[in-house]
Amino acid sequence: MKKVILKDSKYEIKKGRVVSVRQMTDMEKLFEIALPGNRSLDHEPGQFVEMSLFGVGEAPISVSSSPTKRGSFEMCVRKVGKFTNALHNLKAGDEIGVRGPFGKGFPVKLLEGNDLLFVAGGLGIVPLRSLINFVIDNRRDFGKVNILLGCKTPDDMLFGDEVENWQKRIDVSFNCTVDRSDPDWKGNVGLITSLIPGVTLAPNRTFAVVVGPPIMYKFVIGELLTKKIPSRQILVSLERHMKCGLGKCGHCQIQNYYCCQDGPVFSYDKIKNIKEAI
Amino acid sequence: MQYAIINKDKVDDFITRLAVQEKVYAPVARGYDNYSFEEVTSGKNVVSGRYIPTILPPKKYFMPQRETLLEYNLTEGQNMNAVVEYEKMAIFGVHTCDLAGIQAMNMVFSEKPADINYLIRKNKITIIGLECIEYCDQNASCTLVHNHLPNGGYDMFFTDIGDSFFVHVATQAGEEIIEKTKVFYDADAPHMRLLEQVRERKKKIFHDEVPIEYHELPELFQKSFDSKVWDNLDSRCIACGNCTAVCPTCYCFDVKEEPDLSLVQGKRYRIWDSCQSEPFAKVSGGESFRKMQGARQRHRYFRKFKYQFDKYSRPHCTGCGRCTRACMAKINLKETLNALIAEHA
Repeated sequence: MKKVILKDSKYEIKKGRVVSVRQMTDMEKLFEIALPGNRSLDHEPGQFVEMSLFGVGEAPISVSSSPTKRGSFEMCVRKVGKFTNALHNLKAGDEIGVRGPFGKGFPVKLLEGNDLLFVAGGLGIVPLRSLINFVIDNRRDFGKVNILLGCKTPDDMLFGDEVENWQKRIDVSFNCTVDRSDPDWKGNVGLITSLIPGVTLAPNRTFAVVVGPPIMYKFVIGELLTKKIPSRQILVSLERHMKCGLGKCGHCQIQNYYCCQDGPVFSYDKIKNIKEAI
Repeated sequence: MQYAIINKDKVDDFITRLAVQEKVYAPVARGYDNYSFEEVTSGKNVVSGRYIPTILPPKKYFMPQRETLLEYNLTEGQNMNAVVEYEKMAIFGVHTCDLAGIQAMNMVFSEKPADINYLIRKNKITIIGLECIEYCDQNASCTLVHNHLPNGGYDMFFTDIGDSFFVHVATQAGEEIIEKTKVFYDADAPHMRLLEQVRERKKKIFHDEVPIEYHELPELFQKSFDSKVWDNLDSRCIACGNCTAVCPTCYCFDVKEEPDLSLVQGKRYRIWDSCQSEPFAKVSGGESFRKMQGARQRHRYFRKFKYQFDKYSRPHCTGCGRCTRACMAKINLKETLNALIAEHA
């Protein structure tokens, strides 16, 4: 068996460096990663990267920062398994492998000129934040912006300072709900679906962008359809475990689609008849 | 020399001469009607007649069960080299079903983003096909998927015409083998007639094994997503993954790490994986998109007859019958197809 070094392998990693680590909640940390020469990742909002730590492995992680942030990118990671535990042990200055970005992100050109309704459940805010911040940084290119955020408890809320900023802005409408409140919570209590009926929107020119745990989609989409938002104007980002990111390994296959190449962002119109998609 | 003849008593000699020049892999009997592609240095044990498809298809040479993708060294940070492992080789005795399997794999791995590891390895492999002139056993369904006759995908192709093999030399690599081994001579008109007779006889032997037309297969599956047939498989399948391991067109893999004892160096490799295992379609929140075994079997069947057919315009079932032979729960591909057809008749 001959073994030769490849110069153009899709499995080759770029060497990234951890710029900063911020504890967000008990379980989540926000990592800022820089590529060599502070070169931009050149991602679209909603895309993901394969992060790797040799000796531990590789995992697909959503990019949480907007492409308008140059020089570094951010990802927010919940500690759930072997890889993410190792990731949580990293500190500023450590090296980390990066492949990507991969997949189709949110179609920002298509969204321009339209009203936007963001619906984020739990960790769904992590990839959605890349688009929300992109829209805020290019605010005049978009119509009305409505953000709905749902978390399990007030302590689970991510990006608290940014959320506060969204709340304060006059050009963004913001609503938040928790499944279980605590004594200090002044906002809404209930599932994220409970916020949708209260939103005033023009269905013809509104794109709804929905990201959350798999269980959330059916219910949120049901509410959006009640609001008369056409299914092609509902965008979802689907959760799958992309192992290779190249449309080959099969783990993220949804019928004829490979989530890592054809998604993770899909219009609901495209997948509504695809069983096993949501 | 596009068409050549080799006398049957020269086949051993041919393989021995070929093995002097490069590694040769060929089907070898392993007992109990099991066969296996193995490295051979002479033609002594090589099966050049009828054989039941080998336990593993030649896929194992194109996409090794375990393949190193990266080698890393952590002495000074996350340093790595992407690597490809390959071997120049000739595979003798590849049936038409397995040629179709290789063609299907070629399509998948050539599609952008192309898999360089696979493509480099593929270019180092010379393929010598061998025609089946009768059925291997009752599990084959090669006629259904149009793979009982050669459809290309080889450098040379052997057909038994009695005392000799008729050889179609399809590529330069095949031509070079002819020149180097010096055991072939030119085919003439009587040989051509013998070949035609073999093909005529095949028409009488090979028949549509399942009562459905090739082009109707995706439509059948289109209607069958909620079929009771999958419930039946749900109660039978034990998720051993044999069907996917032996399938010539299953290529799903996992990516894993192996540090050496120093923990400083190691490898990242890919290894065959199976959509029949429960964690395969699991996501980080713990949800599995194909929790039930019936859904996983359905996914396997849909990958053979619907999803890949839609995408690549050819079924990714080659009709080799391996999944049926290897199934510990006696799930039978032809029975499954017949049950689906019966349901929609």
